[in-house]
Amino acid sequence: MDKKKLKGGIFNKVSDTNLLLAITIVIFLLMYIGAIVFQGSGFRKPQMFFNILNANAALIITACGMSIVMITGGIDISVGGVVALVSMCCAVYLDKTSNPNIFVSILIALGIGLAYGIIQGILVAYFDIQPFIVSLAGMFFARGMTTIVNTAPFNVQNKDFTKLKNTRITVPKMGSYNKKGMYIPAYVEIGVVVALIIVVILFLVLRYTKLGRNFYAVGGNQQSALMLGVNVKRTKFLSHIVCSLMAGIGGYVYFLHVGSGAASHATGMEMNAIASSIIGGTMLTGGVGNIIGTLFGVLSLSTIQNIVASAGLDQAWWTGITIAAMLCLFLVIQSIVIRQKKRALKT
Amino acid sequence: MFKSIVKKITGNQLFIPIMALILLAVINLIVDPGFFKVSLGKNNAGNPVLSGYLITILDYGSELAILAIGMTLVTAASGGQDISVGATIAIAGSAMLRVLCGTNSRPDAIQAPIIVAFLVACLVGMLCGAFNGALVSFFKIQPMIATLILFTAGRSIAAWINNNELPIVPDPKFSYFGGFIPGVPIPTTVFIVLICIVVMALVLKFTNLGLYTQAVGINEKSARLNGINPTLIKFIAFVILGLCVAVAALIKVSRLSTINYSVIAKDIEMDAILAVALGGNALSGGKFNMWASVLGAYVIQFLTTTLYKFNVQSDALAAYKAVVVILLVFFSAPKVREGLGSAVKKLTPKRAGKGEA
Repeated sequence: MDKKKLKGGIFNKVSDTNLLLAITIVIFLLMYIGAIVFQGSGFRKPQMFFNILNANAALIITACGMSIVMITGGIDISVGGVVALVSMCCAVYLDKTSNPNIFVSILIALGIGLAYGIIQGILVAYFDIQPFIVSLAGMFFARGMTTIVNTAPFNVQNKDFTKLKNTRITVPKMGSYNKKGMYIPAYVEIGVVVALIIVVILFLVLRYTKLGRNFYAVGGNQQSALMLGVNVKRTKFLSHIVCSLMAGIGGYVYFLHVGSGAASHATGMEMNAIASSIIGGTMLTGGVGNIIGTLFGVLSLSTIQNIVASAGLDQAWWTGITIAAMLCLFLVIQSIVIRQKKRALKT
Repeated sequence: MFKSIVKKITGNQLFIPIMALILLAVINLIVDPGFFKVSLGKNNAGNPVLSGYLITILDYGSELAILAIGMTLVTAASGGQDISVGATIAIAGSAMLRVLCGTNSRPDAIQAPIIVAFLVACLVGMLCGAFNGALVSFFKIQPMIATLILFTAGRSIAAWINNNELPIVPDPKFSYFGGFIPGVPIPTTVFIVLICIVVMALVLKFTNLGLYTQAVGINEKSARLNGINPTLIKFIAFVILGLCVAVAALIKVSRLSTINYSVIAKDIEMDAILAVALGGNALSGGKFNMWASVLGAYVIQFLTTTLYKFNVQSDALAAYKAVVVILLVFFSAPKVREGLGSAVKKLTPKRAGKGEA
């Protein structure tokens, strides 16, 4: 009896979700410390970290939405298209109409996200159509629609918008001195604040609300969730609404970061979002996942991109290969860990 | 009696793709009957070639049809899809060019026979398939995620194989595979597809591959209890898809005699998955009908060609495609079909007038 406990001791106490989360955080920390030690200069400044956040705020938001759909056992590959559509629509509204208003543009972004969520949610949850196909069509539609709205990419000149875009929130005590000894305060953009708030809200929802627990239940085992009295269809529907809404918000944050509308925006973002979710410990089979893990997934992904860039391997193919190698590593580790755990539980 | 016949027809898996084909054909017939005209002309080299929209569809739908064969097997066996086929086409094509052109990107003559280059490409494609297959079957990673690795790295690897140069194959013989053999008016790609279909049909007929694949897809555990090795079956499915990818790469590269790493076969993985879904195969695995998938591939190409004919911009094409896809999938969903069936039943009996609601 005691032997059994000892053998599976550590594994038994930790759930799948937390185990994968721990692996992610450890690997991210190792990577970042490694970057500081071996690459020095850039990574030693806190601003490097904040720059990673600034550039990836939109990805964090969309990846969080993606995690929720994945926890519920579905998938949504339309998010990249929605981000592009949102930024194009907002750009056109702010630049080509008379008397544009910032708040209306935010409403447009939310509206597009919500509309996407409702349509895809209904098709997936109430008509039992495979989420992959539905969101594939959603992606096609969003990409095509973006070019129909406006073909040529352009920068937004609207004054209110540029003011909002250039708003910097300084982080106290994190600044650094440049070569001349001048103090440069560290800053983050508004998008980062939005992203962090969303991470906290979604984390709380997943952990402490009935809806959040329902997401896990439906993803883990649909049949037993149904028997426990969970409204499976409504839960699936809501997961898609959350995801698309996050894509809408992410789209606006992305738009705020780049300040332009283009059909080629956010190409491949859906794959980055899925990859970050997986690196963060979410499993595509559903039922396992964590929003904090997703946050670290995005951070790991972009840290490795930065390492590759600053190591002087600027030839474009290295980025793709290293990200893929890292993804491969994470997946294999996850697979081995889960298998070990199963074995430990059996004996 | 009548009802049972209708049920038999609508219940057949080939019903959806064939209906879609007929629908598209009828729309084209109404708008422009000239769509179906096939004429015998001469191409730039002075060889007799068939031309017309139908030939275009048969010609350009062939890569998709070949991929659909492999994708159906992978879908059936693993219950997931391979999203790396586009990137793997780039890798296999790049390897082929590397063998043909050597280190020089502008050679005067090819450095190795085409067949050798093709075999190398096959090997590379199968290796990529084996990599995906190993991750899926041995490490039990979900297929879409496992193939995400090659999806991200594939085009980079392809560029790396040729040092980011774009070699051009000097031999005109190489362009026969994606074009026309002199003296034969039918596009060569049609023959390649036919060969693939025949080979696959023979494999399915004379081996237990199809049966085993379905068994694994429907219930892996009971398949194992019945003495089937699910790991091996999944692995084989991915390797076969790798082979299909190599053949598709041959056609793709041959069309241009060169390669563009970031653009070649872009988004083809989505179309290939779509072809499988349009063929009425469950994307969650299990029973499959390969020929329905192949037909689905041609439906997609038919749709694309039709849209091009209506002067739709190539960038905006996706939006129209999406609407059609949603409609097709919507009406083929079992729930909607049931609903329609009962609605028809309600309408047909005596109280037909009130049945509208």
